[in-house]
Amino acid sequence: MFIVDYVKDVYGAMKSLLVGMNRTGYYFTHHKEIITEEYPDNRETLILPERFRGEVVMAHDENNEHACTGCSACELACPNGTIKIINKFDISPEGKKKKAIDTFVYHLELCTMCGLCVEACPTAAINMANTFEHSVFNRGQLTKRLNKPDSKLKAGVE
Amino acid sequence: MFSLETLTKLVQDWLNKTFPPTWALLIEFVIVGILAIALFAALGLVLVIMERKVAAWIQIRLGPNRVGPLGLLQSTADTIKLIMKEGLTPDGADKFLFNLAPFIVMIVSMLILAPIGFAKGFHIWDINIGVLYVSAISSVSVIGILIAGWASNNKYSLLGAMRSGAQMVSYELSVGLSVLSIIVLTGSLNINDIVLSQQNGWWLFKAHIPAIISFVIFIIAITAETNRAPFDLSEAESELTAGFHTEYSGMKFALFFLSEYINIFIVCAIGATLFLGGWMPFHIGNWESFNHIMDYIPSFFWFFGKTFFMIFLIMWFRWTFPRLRVDQLLNLEWKYLLPISMVNLIVMTLVAIKGWHF
Repeated sequence: MFIVDYVKDVYGAMKSLLVGMNRTGYYFTHHKEIITEEYPDNRETLILPERFRGEVVMAHDENNEHACTGCSACELACPNGTIKIINKFDISPEGKKKKAIDTFVYHLELCTMCGLCVEACPTAAINMANTFEHSVFNRGQLTKRLNKPDSKLKAGVE
Repeated sequence: MFSLETLTKLVQDWLNKTFPPTWALLIEFVIVGILAIALFAALGLVLVIMERKVAAWIQIRLGPNRVGPLGLLQSTADTIKLIMKEGLTPDGADKFLFNLAPFIVMIVSMLILAPIGFAKGFHIWDINIGVLYVSAISSVSVIGILIAGWASNNKYSLLGAMRSGAQMVSYELSVGLSVLSIIVLTGSLNINDIVLSQQNGWWLFKAHIPAIISFVIFIIAITAETNRAPFDLSEAESELTAGFHTEYSGMKFALFFLSEYINIFIVCAIGATLFLGGWMPFHIGNWESFNHIMDYIPSFFWFFGKTFFMIFLIMWFRWTFPRLRVDQLLNLEWKYLLPISMVNLIVMTLVAIKGWHF
């Protein structure tokens, strides 16, 4: 019947509109759960998600040791040449040459924060940090060295 | 008790004593004009900040909160910015019509203000065909919009203006029919009489379901007639940039913007007058003591309270519903609202003749 469908249409439309208004009315009357981050003001209390990708950092422990073997898997994984690894050769006590990292160069200005380097790393030496305030006055300051001076490879990491 | 009626009487008596009658009348004209412009400016500022705050609260945001206490001076700052901007007229535009259009829209909004009763005994012009006057004048604003769209010499503007024309012409019908259903009950087009007929309760409650149906139709149709979301096809910013006022800037844009909000205020005031009793306090039948307590709240506050309630409803619509397509918009009017309001009008006439209302 046409008229039955018509009335059903009108009824369904009114009902769905009221459901929508009920939802927004709930938000309007519950003005406590605000999603706005008042960023520069709440800098101290700002909580970022754990998986937020701000920049690549290399973790060092208290003995100034890191886990980077200098395999350059991250350099190969990077789609836009952000990472450059410069290796050196340590002489072990037995007189053997051993490959080790000299400088881990990280070009923040080229980085798109895709996180592929972190996934490629076989020893979990690098990870993504939460920091995001990267503005500087000079582009040169964005080229960073990730391994700290005089740091060395953690024992047992191959 | 303080009332605006005594105030206006005082002013009129003083003017008539001090000046000859012609001059007194002229001075009254000037005072009314200044008051109307002041009301417009105040309403523009208040409604813009209200809209932004309502939008923010519905979307769980904070809204403007930097300029002034709680961000309440934001719209003032915006207005100052708009005044200082250059009012550019495009090279290919029809210069005369382009500059005329915002004033037509604005003057129409000003004209509709005349018969509205703001408080007990406080209106600009107590005309005996008030509602007819409002519905007649309000359809002129579509001409302003069409001129703006045509004179801009811009495809977006023209498309927006044509859509707006189609929309306003069709929705005028259901506004008219739902207004008529209340006129049938009151038997008068005078706004003062309509308000006085709601002495023992508002029409929304007195006339049962037909009044509620016509209230719903009225509020849908005025949302469409003032070109607001979900019916904002004429300025659909995702498709048409800004519709008919794409080419306008500075104060000329501000006039369009202002007249949009003034129109909302006016249609809401008409709705409040017809369905919610205008400045009439909330009365229930013969409960004398209750009615008496309600009378202590000045009629001015009742009028503005009801009007702002209606405005809030319309803002609530805007931030809840998605925009309609053009064909959906016209389907809604011609297939649903118009037949329903026609049937509703017949039912309402029956109610009025049989005296089934309270």
